[in-house]
Amino acid sequence: MASLKLKGISKRFGDVVALSNINLPIDDGEFCVLLGPSGCGKSTLLQIVAGLTSQDEGSVFVNNQPVDHLSPRDRDVAMVFQSYALYPHMTVAQNLGFGLRMRGIHKDTIWKRITEAANLLGIHDLLKRRPRELSGGQRQRVAMGRALVRRPQLFLLDEPLSNLDAMLRINVRLELMRLHKQIQGTILYVTHDQVEAMTLGDKVVIMKAGSIHQIDRPETIYDRPADTFVASFIGSPAMNLFQGNLIRAKRGFIFQSADFSLNLQDIPLNFKENTIEIGIRPEDIEISHGSENELKAKVEIISNVGSEKYIHTRIGSATITARARKEETFLSGETISLGINPSKLHIFYNGKRI
Amino acid sequence: MMKGFPKKFLFIIGVFLAAGFSLAPFLWFVLSAFKDQTQITAIPPQWLPSFSMESFSSAVTRYGIIHYLLNSAIVAGSATMVTITLGTLAGYALARLPRRWAQIILMGILACAMFPQIAIVGPIWRFLRFMGWLNTYQGLIFPYVALTLPLAVWILTLFFREMPEELEAAALVDGCTRLGSLVRVIVPLSAPGLFTAAILSFIYAWNEFFLALLIMTDPARQTMPVGIALFQGEHTIPWGEIAAASFITTAPLIFMVLLFQRRIVTGLSAGAIKG
Repeated sequence: MASLKLKGISKRFGDVVALSNINLPIDDGEFCVLLGPSGCGKSTLLQIVAGLTSQDEGSVFVNNQPVDHLSPRDRDVAMVFQSYALYPHMTVAQNLGFGLRMRGIHKDTIWKRITEAANLLGIHDLLKRRPRELSGGQRQRVAMGRALVRRPQLFLLDEPLSNLDAMLRINVRLELMRLHKQIQGTILYVTHDQVEAMTLGDKVVIMKAGSIHQIDRPETIYDRPADTFVASFIGSPAMNLFQGNLIRAKRGFIFQSADFSLNLQDIPLNFKENTIEIGIRPEDIEISHGSENELKAKVEIISNVGSEKYIHTRIGSATITARARKEETFLSGETISLGINPSKLHIFYNGKRI
Repeated sequence: MMKGFPKKFLFIIGVFLAAGFSLAPFLWFVLSAFKDQTQITAIPPQWLPSFSMESFSSAVTRYGIIHYLLNSAIVAGSATMVTITLGTLAGYALARLPRRWAQIILMGILACAMFPQIAIVGPIWRFLRFMGWLNTYQGLIFPYVALTLPLAVWILTLFFREMPEELEAAALVDGCTRLGSLVRVIVPLSAPGLFTAAILSFIYAWNEFFLALLIMTDPARQTMPVGIALFQGEHTIPWGEIAAASFITTAPLIFMVLLFQRRIVTGLSAGAIKG
């Protein structure tokens, strides 16, 4: 296993900047997830690490050695593709063994490793079949197995679960976590699914339009988003974000928007009055009475997700979503009070967290 | 039901007309091949043959068509192999080149194929004489490759474009070189495309008459179409032998197309990609 370091990676396709100055350290044995909307360059980054695409600037280091001059076959990485890319003309066993055969490894060793991987993934009775005779989940396992038998320095996974149906995805996700615990491999994993990223990653990298917005542990990404993009991208339903003015008051600062005002805390005293954005997650809003920052809001829509309810309310032109316990009942059109604890507020200036 | 019936009926009539129109001459010479000398020239024409093998044995013994057949097989077979090898390499490169540049090259290749044979036969002949390749196998294989390559490159380029690039990427990461991924992954999956290109190239080379007539003046090197044309003596036209020889020439082609039809139609790439 190995550590991976990306230094100043940039890539353009014609006039389009696909990646700009990407710096990313990944430790030995770490599960690192690249998360971002489609077209943010995360797959391109993976291909650069694999050596399938060459970067315009910057370097890729494996175990602190630059690998930019190496072709994909010499980089000792294994990749799992979104489409699985199984070789249709080969059996499962041949698919699993292909990478080893290409490296001239002895037949007995190849067979031993195939059996090992097949047992680990529970596909030993599929070895004689061809990919077209397999279900989606089975194909996904074979694709994983093909990477596992190689025992590479680095695993690269490009949206490996996105072609599975929802139920299967959850199972395979759990298996993937178990597998990572077992083999302790260094993994770079690309996804656009935030749940996958948050549950799988030791480290999550949020990307947008070719740039990294935040690199942190999943908890930190959720609790302290570095900017408004991360804040709105992570969490479902999304964080409530409001634009308004920061006004200096007798005791600290006040946030003033067209529709409501809130007391703020934890703002550096030297901060100037300015246009800012504040954010609050639905679960941090208390639907109750007597709170310090009490807002009167009108219930518009109630989404019941079973374990809890999300109440979409309106204050003037602003909409706020708050979480309620499943036992509580609301009527559309009813006026309720929203309690907002200032310590739970996320405050952004120029898009960046203060 | 009633509304669909006349439409279907017309459709069937159309199919039979088209098939009959193109098959009638073929059928006539197949029948002629199995007639004896008097039946062929009988007036009024005799439809049913006596299934005499006289023409076949005469074509083999008196006219030595086995020898022409062998020449044809060598020339057409080699030309096809060279065309498919070069066509695969070129087609793969063109399939993976940026579309705009590939399109320009493809158009250029197509333009080359547009020249009428008569326009290029002079230069080809002079070139072959310069190389000392007149009356040699390579002297015929070389122009056949040049003439069949454009179509093969087009077919294979379009076919390779449909191949998911992730398969090649997987092969590269698994330890193949570019050429290795082409040979081990792309080519086996492109069998239908390769067969199509190969059969069309082979048919062209097998049936080609004009260049073969000009380049192969030595009977020892002549191919089947030329051989058959030269059956004709000063005073006689041996229709029976010509029909028999034509039948022997055409049969392998028909057999081959029917045999490989399955492979052409079967999509081997099913299951590569989800869905």
